[in-house]
Amino acid sequence: MPTVTMTVNGKQVSADIDPRTLLADFIRVNLDLTGTHIGCDTSQCGACTILVNGDAVKSCTMLAVQADGAEVTTIEGLAENGEMHPMQAAFKEHHGLQCGFCTPGMVMSAIDLVKRHPNPDEATIREELDGNICRCTGYHNIVKAVKAAADATGG
Amino acid sequence: MRGGDDMPAAAIEGGVRQSVAHDSAPLHVSGRARYVDDIPVPAGTLEAYIAQSDIAHGRIVRLDLSAVRAAPGVVDVLTARDIPGRNNVGPVLADDPVFADGEVHFMGQPVFAVIARDIAAARAAASRAVIEYERLPAILTVDEALAAKSHVLEPAEMRRGDAASALKAARHRLEGRIYIGGQDHFYLEGQVALAIPGDGGDMLVHSSTQHPSEVQHLVAGVLGLADHAVTVEVRRMGGGFGGKETQPALFAAIAALGAWRTGCAVKLRLDRDDDMIMTGKRHDFRIDYDVGFDDTGRIVALELMQAARCGYSADLSGAIADRAMFHADNAYYLENVHITSYRCRTNTVSNTAFRGFGGPQGMVGMERIIDHIARHLNLDPLTVRRRNFYDRDGRDITPYGMRVRDNVIRSIVDELAERAGYERRRKEIEGFNAASPVIKRGLALTPVKFGISFTTTHLNQAGALLHLYADGSLHLNHGGTEMGQGLFTKVAQIVAEELQVDIGRIRITATNTGKVPNTSATAASSGSDLNGKAAQNAARKIKGRLIDFAARHFGCTAEQVRFLPNRVVAGNHAVSFDELANLAYLARVPLSATGFYRTPKIHYDRKAARGRPFYYFAYGAAISEVEIDTLTGENRVRRVDILHDVGRSLNPALDRGQIEGGFIQGMGWLTMEELCWSDDGRLLTHAPSTYKIPACGDRPDILNIDLLDNENSENAVHRSKAVGEPPLMLAISVLSALNDAVAAANPKAPLLDAPATPERILMTLNDGGGC
Ligand code: FES
Ligand code: FES
Repeated sequence: MPTVTMTVNGKQVSADIDPRTLLADFIRVNLDLTGTHIGCDTSQCGACTILVNGDAVKSCTMLAVQADGAEVTTIEGLAENGEMHPMQAAFKEHHGLQCGFCTPGMVMSAIDLVKRHPNPDEATIREELDGNICRCTGYHNIVKAVKAAADATGG
Repeated sequence: MRGGDDMPAAAIEGGVRQSVAHDSAPLHVSGRARYVDDIPVPAGTLEAYIAQSDIAHGRIVRLDLSAVRAAPGVVDVLTARDIPGRNNVGPVLADDPVFADGEVHFMGQPVFAVIARDIAAARAAASRAVIEYERLPAILTVDEALAAKSHVLEPAEMRRGDAASALKAARHRLEGRIYIGGQDHFYLEGQVALAIPGDGGDMLVHSSTQHPSEVQHLVAGVLGLADHAVTVEVRRMGGGFGGKETQPALFAAIAALGAWRTGCAVKLRLDRDDDMIMTGKRHDFRIDYDVGFDDTGRIVALELMQAARCGYSADLSGAIADRAMFHADNAYYLENVHITSYRCRTNTVSNTAFRGFGGPQGMVGMERIIDHIARHLNLDPLTVRRRNFYDRDGRDITPYGMRVRDNVIRSIVDELAERAGYERRRKEIEGFNAASPVIKRGLALTPVKFGISFTTTHLNQAGALLHLYADGSLHLNHGGTEMGQGLFTKVAQIVAEELQVDIGRIRITATNTGKVPNTSATAASSGSDLNGKAAQNAARKIKGRLIDFAARHFGCTAEQVRFLPNRVVAGNHAVSFDELANLAYLARVPLSATGFYRTPKIHYDRKAARGRPFYYFAYGAAISEVEIDTLTGENRVRRVDILHDVGRSLNPALDRGQIEGGFIQGMGWLTMEELCWSDDGRLLTHAPSTYKIPACGDRPDILNIDLLDNENSENAVHRSKAVGEPPLMLAISVLSALNDAVAAANPKAPLLDAPATPERILMTLNDGGGC
């Protein structure tokens, strides 16, 4: 069994794992970070999106061993000193959620989006979020939240 | 504290009519909201995998599971023989086996399950099974089922007047047929259950379900136990949409059976492909019509045939097909009408509830008829719609004999058409189309009238449980379930309003069959109507006791006790709500109450197809503008304007969310979500890779939503109206607009079937005489 070591939400973790273990499962089962959700198991819905070295990654598409040595951030690692990340706050403020199952992945994708497009217009947000399915909201409030967060962080 | 009535008091936080955020929002955005798959499991929890039938219909002639049992990590293997109670999870009829017993009826039917140390071991073991079948002929489509007279339930009829003679006498007559596809729920959280065995044979099941009481009852039946031995709990679902009304029972039952036999907790989570293959969907329909009308487009007679593909068992198909009949009229008065409904039995997965519950299919049929008439008479479809709306005086009775008392169709439609510039844009689009050879635009306005109540009358009841603790905080529970719609928030708002306490003082708790028994599914859009009233009833009981106590304690009359925001005034005394709770506790006043509600006025005689199945109707209308590329069939929705009747909204933000989400889901159903089966009955579209769910970029470029502030004329909770399902049907305007655009390109093209995918649009364009 190979050993993987990575930094997750600022903490170093290490484990001996079956090499087939998906990063999503490693996070959920080994690390008990259940905010990363599994919606489709096949890299299409985006519910499992996390940041690996700052980039959005669908964690059901990646093996845990591929993240060896990486810096990983999950939804649980966004808040600082008990303060929500502006993107989290915006999703809450603008009703960018209903059942909430897509929310963690959406928030992570949105953070990556704003990193690459500090001043995104609506069209950019829509296109960039096409890899994240939300079955409840119809996306309007999600787009609104992303825009607001981008504006708030001063883009 | 002393103070008079006139002391200024800020309003409470989170009362009714406020756009309070979803109660779980802080947890959702931080990843701390627990869904069933996130609940910490007891040590030694096992996982289950279900092995499915690989053919659509046949007899199992050999089932050798010895290699499965011997596989590494396997703890138990479950088959029909291992069930101590009933091999059934059928909600209405006992025709839904947990495991196939001798015969398989659809591809994907559970044959056995493996309980193993983890899911990988269970899945690997299952592949070692040796199963041999004797194949039997399979009926797969509605057409085949109609031809073979294959039904899960008896056909039903509804009639008024004399359609046959009126048809003969009609000035114009058209016949037509529309095929309407099904829809996968694609709740983002798939089906999941966690069963934990308890003391003395008790079983706790965490199930992602809209219907905990039914899961409880069916699990108990499978285990051969009384209902009291099984407790089902659900805090939240990651989406439901009807797909978690009856479907979760199977998975809960298998997990519970595994737990019961092994003595260990068992989790069963379906992966997405298995979920899409094994669970029922929206019924696909064929609707045939023969309609008679006058020169103005007014319908004088309608002969309608609705055929629903139910799949291999009844499930809820009876009530769903009934609701399609109830909504065959949509917003139009049908003087002479005869509706026949066939509930077709096919060797496909048993179809089930899906937002709208048959109503959408019924309405799509009616709106197609209107579009057909308009095209025949060369009139704007909106003109034909207007000529057929329900009205007062004689034109206000539905085909099932219910008077439409709260009719606001005409005013909604007029207001919306005015606001969104229908006439002007109609002309603009004509101009655009004349100048644009390849891209064509279309416009349509369609109305919605949707009946609110379970049409099975006894289901219209709900219970709640409310505790007031001595510190003034409250614990709220009711039979409704939270699937994202915001029900828990709305019910808490109602209680906050009743007791005039900030919503933060109310703890919203998981739905649990041990707290409120015999509940109905959270379905039929009725969650807030029923549970809101039940919780209000409980709050009023506690309030009544507090009033009596305060009057006694402070020496005033009951009338002199008033609940102001977070405090209570009793004569010349004023105390905080918390203080009053403590004083009442010390004075031994009972501070816990159950609440109950049953919807009044409703009754229905199914045999005669007459009665008042609905407490009231919810209305809405939408205008959609679309654009198609006539070379590829590609299309997009440019703009949508919606005016929707939510009564006096309990929470405008949540209601808007329902309207928008419902609309997009309906648009997906009618334009892009296509379920395909192979000729031997295999579902080919069993993942989002092949089944297209609307994504962020598919949203209309412009989507304007307005709420009609229209006090419910019936005494629904705070005069609000149900909002879960009706908005889905606003999306029928997209299908009509696509028909309009197709006609602009080729006036001879037939009307579209649904879903109107690019492929279907292209084929339709090239049909009917060429462009
Ligand atoms: S679960 Fe990873 S993309 Fe859907
Ligand atoms: S909020 Fe339910 S899937 Fe997005």
